[in-house]
Amino acid sequence: MSLTHAPLVTGRRRAPLLRGLNAPLVASALGLSVIGALCVWSATQGKLIGFETDPEAYLKKHLINLVIGAFLAWALSRFDYRLLRAYTPFLYAASILGLLIVLSPLGKSINGAHAWIVLPAGFTIQPSEFAKLAIILGMSMILSEKRDAEAEPRDVDVFYALGVAALPMALVMLQPDLGTVMVTACAVFGIIAVAGAKTRWLFGILAGGALVGFVAIQVGVLQQYQLDRLTAFADPAANPRGIGYNTQQARIAIGSGGLFGTGLFQGPQTQGRFVPYNQTDFVYSVAGEELGFVGAGAIIVLFGVLLWCAVRIALRASDLFGRLVATGVACWIAFQAFENIGMNLGIMPVTGVPLPFVSYGGTSMFASWMAIGLLINVQRRAQE
Amino acid sequence: MSERSTLRLAVLGVLVFSLLLTMVARLFFLQVVSADVYTQKSSENRIREVVTPATRGLVLDQLGRPLVANRTSLVVSVDRTEVDRQPDHGLAVLTRLAAALGTTYTALSYKLELCGKDAHEKPPICWNGSPYQPIPVAKDISQDLALTIMERRSDFPGVTAGLDAVRAYPAPMGANAAQILGYLGPVSDTELADQKAARDAGKLPPSESLLRRTDLVGRAGLEAQYDAILRGSPGIKRLAVDQTAAVVATVSETQPVPGSYLVTNIDANLQAVVEKQLMEAILRARASTMRKSTVHYIADSGAAVVIDVTNGHVLAMASYPTYDPTVWVGGISSSEFAALTSTDSNQPLLSRATQGQFAPASTFKIVSASAALQSGYSKAGPYKCPAFYMVGNRKFGNFESESFPPLSLVKGLAVSCDTMWYEIAYQMWIRDGGLSAVAKPKDPIETMARAFGYGRQTGIDVPGETRGHVGGRAFKTSLYLQLHDAWCTRGKTGYPEVAKTDPVRAAYLKQIAAENCVDGDLYRGGDAVNLSIGQGDTVASPLQVAQAYAALANGGTIWQPQVAKGVISTDGKVLSLFKPVKTGTLPVSQANMAFLRDAFSQVTSQPYGTGYGPFIGFPLDKIPVAAKTGTGQAGNDKQSTSWFATFAPANNPKYAVVMMVAQGGTGSGTSAPSVRKIYEALYGITGSTIDPAKSVLVGGAPSAVLPTVGKDGTPEYPALPTPEVPVTSSPSPSGSISSAPSAPSAPSPSAGLIVLPVAAGFGLLGRAARRRHRSGASWPWMWWR
Repeated sequence: MSLTHAPLVTGRRRAPLLRGLNAPLVASALGLSVIGALCVWSATQGKLIGFETDPEAYLKKHLINLVIGAFLAWALSRFDYRLLRAYTPFLYAASILGLLIVLSPLGKSINGAHAWIVLPAGFTIQPSEFAKLAIILGMSMILSEKRDAEAEPRDVDVFYALGVAALPMALVMLQPDLGTVMVTACAVFGIIAVAGAKTRWLFGILAGGALVGFVAIQVGVLQQYQLDRLTAFADPAANPRGIGYNTQQARIAIGSGGLFGTGLFQGPQTQGRFVPYNQTDFVYSVAGEELGFVGAGAIIVLFGVLLWCAVRIALRASDLFGRLVATGVACWIAFQAFENIGMNLGIMPVTGVPLPFVSYGGTSMFASWMAIGLLINVQRRAQE
Repeated sequence: MSERSTLRLAVLGVLVFSLLLTMVARLFFLQVVSADVYTQKSSENRIREVVTPATRGLVLDQLGRPLVANRTSLVVSVDRTEVDRQPDHGLAVLTRLAAALGTTYTALSYKLELCGKDAHEKPPICWNGSPYQPIPVAKDISQDLALTIMERRSDFPGVTAGLDAVRAYPAPMGANAAQILGYLGPVSDTELADQKAARDAGKLPPSESLLRRTDLVGRAGLEAQYDAILRGSPGIKRLAVDQTAAVVATVSETQPVPGSYLVTNIDANLQAVVEKQLMEAILRARASTMRKSTVHYIADSGAAVVIDVTNGHVLAMASYPTYDPTVWVGGISSSEFAALTSTDSNQPLLSRATQGQFAPASTFKIVSASAALQSGYSKAGPYKCPAFYMVGNRKFGNFESESFPPLSLVKGLAVSCDTMWYEIAYQMWIRDGGLSAVAKPKDPIETMARAFGYGRQTGIDVPGETRGHVGGRAFKTSLYLQLHDAWCTRGKTGYPEVAKTDPVRAAYLKQIAAENCVDGDLYRGGDAVNLSIGQGDTVASPLQVAQAYAALANGGTIWQPQVAKGVISTDGKVLSLFKPVKTGTLPVSQANMAFLRDAFSQVTSQPYGTGYGPFIGFPLDKIPVAAKTGTGQAGNDKQSTSWFATFAPANNPKYAVVMMVAQGGTGSGTSAPSVRKIYEALYGITGSTIDPAKSVLVGGAPSAVLPTVGKDGTPEYPALPTPEVPVTSSPSPSGSISSAPSAPSAPSPSAGLIVLPVAAGFGLLGRAARRRHRSGASWPWMWWR
């Protein structure tokens, strides 16, 4: 492992509490979270003026979520690597249970998707976010077990792995949450590819995905609003008062930001509340308008750093399990970031996925930071 | 781990970074390359304009009598936002309102839909304007209904009844002048697109002069020509709003500036007389039969023009058929529009005075005579006037094949001999080289015609005038260039569609086409003689004829005919006074012009003159009338065009009067008696006595100054005199008129018709309004305040 160099901390000079910390990885995640906090603050403070509520309520909750997320990441990074594998089936079972609860009357519907569980004290959780982690761990476990790491996975392993992914994905589809399914599918594909499965599996999955999509549209499994969202990005003017409105307003916000932006709290589009959901799915429009090309570009650069670290950790993992976990995390975050920023920029269809670390929303924040924890865990294992 | 795994991971990494690059590239495009576009969109997004339309300016006659005024109309408007805020999204309110208005909820709700891709499919029933502006849903409602709506606020939240200004046509003395005044129409998509293109190109006109979707703009006549003056500028309140349409702040506010008043040279009184006399002439023609026939004249259209020869002011201009311009108010329906433009209605929108194209016939001899005199032809003659004149193997005859002993030039004009002009024109043509023309032919008649203003627009300030043609050498050439290919094709293929019914004619047409294909640009002797009497390819509008006669009358100046006299503001300040515009000078010596003025006066004064009969008893000794009759041939299947072109007094000219009746018979029989009546009205002539006090023109002449305006914005003008013009027609060769149209009642314009809409509000809305005023609440119809 001659590539292990300076940024990967030696540990001896650091306190044991932070041993194995990957500074660029954590710094980029933290940077994204801080920019996210600013954007959420700017997007929400105006909304609360004139009401009795605290105008910084969203900011405070966002920061609390960040702290909880960072703690979860820290805890997960300290978790024993072997135990992680052992607990995977339980984690998986728990997330399936969560997804089932969501579909039961205990679940809550927000914006057309029945994806939330309401907890006491005004907290809600979204089990599909945790399901992503469960799928990544579950598939990695199956594809790295019972064989020599050099051999390609047996067809039956690939089949099981797909089965492990398919069940929660089907449950998420029932919510329905198309965006999360698409993001998960990317992670699944990445894991199977890096596991070394036969090439025909890869083509098979692509063909199968296309077929499922085609049938879904033909049979009418997809709701009209989902189709509208998918097509609106191509021609936002087609439906200016429907979903096209959202993309158009986001694009105007970002475009009018220019090179340096209007300044925080100064964006007319943001402060005039022209972009709906701009603390969650369209938070990137706030960065675009108020922080300009410099700020919005910085978000992409930070994702670049984060993903660079993730891919490197995958490359240097000590075993296949670790590599697959890191790969899954990288694919997930990469595609989710691309999907979210892409829909803000009008180059991807609108599917309700949050921007990892940046968007307001506890579960997304926890899951994203837990992914960071997993990456550090894999990296620590490789350094031992 | 396998190499395959590592390789695939590397590929994955590359994919991930290409996604990142894609995002950066797109971000760069949006924020750096297209930043300006989106910055503008962003500002459009959050600034909403609430527009208070300006009151459109009045169109006044020369003394200040309104020809076009504004009338207030009680309008019911619905505030979309407020209605939508109701728990049932306005269902109950709109149902109640629909019942009150006698319509249905569905019909009403269509009117409230915003025009656009997801709005109702039929554009006329959707709202074109801003959703922040109350949408008018009913016009001209009853006062009772307005009161009901205003008093039962809780039953009609978001619904207001208010006053709106619409165009009114007071028709002082019954003057219609529809084709001069024009009309308003909605802004077209093309105009808005052009405006947007100009804006995108960086040419940003001030916001106040921007056209808005709900605007009405002048579409014809003076309303179109002087739209910018009449329109004024709307009051604009710019509101910063957020996404929920909640108003955050008022960014800027301007008050509406009412449109200025356009004062015209038209005298309403005279206009009414001229219109009536045109109608009389048409009825006279219809009552008479063609010579040696029982067929009555159709007299399908006509025009009459009175201009001041000293400056080109158009004092009256009538066109028949005409229509009631109120049909445009509040939007014309498609059936009404179809009725106005159908062939059955004979196109009343068309101004025959400026857009009619008729062979000027013998009235054109003003040109031929000038050309002959300037070319050295003698005044005394004698000129032969046989029944016909041969050009090559073609016979060119006199009107009704008359013949006269040799004549002087004066007498030739008076009796309207044609054959003498054929000879003169033929000689001129021969001098220019005949068929093998010299390099620079003089073409004295064609050149003179252009100097008189034929073949080009007069430049009158009423849009859409035609320029006519001078059927000379240049026209032949241009026609040849235009039609050469068609002629050659027809010369080969013939006219099968004509051959079906008339093989002889088809063969003739084919031969003509074949000949034209070879030498269609040849200016032949026949063309030259036709031109000399204003026939053949030569056509002109009645206004062009009037302009030509006015030029001879005033000593050789071509004045541009001018309807507008000046502009005054609503508080009476003179904003501009239009000066006469000289567009040419006649290349005729003063002596020759004086000679011709006298010659034309003999048309009415001498017993042999073609205009003698209609002017028997007219005090020609005091007011000699120079005139020329014309009876134009308008093609094989059309009856003759009646012309009477005049100016007076011949010894010191002031007015030129021209009348034309298409398919109306002779100039002397049909038009001349009516022109006489117009002169009688102008000079206050009863029998043979002249009393300037009885002139239709107050003071006996057009006013030299612009009218004044009272404190309330109402123009002030002297009391209207009662018209002195007898309704019965004068004796005509073909018998008397059995049915004359009754004179339209002449309503005197009241102040209520023209005051600004808000001022009229107090009385009109009675109790509720006053109570509202006392309680300090804002006026419901003054929602823009």
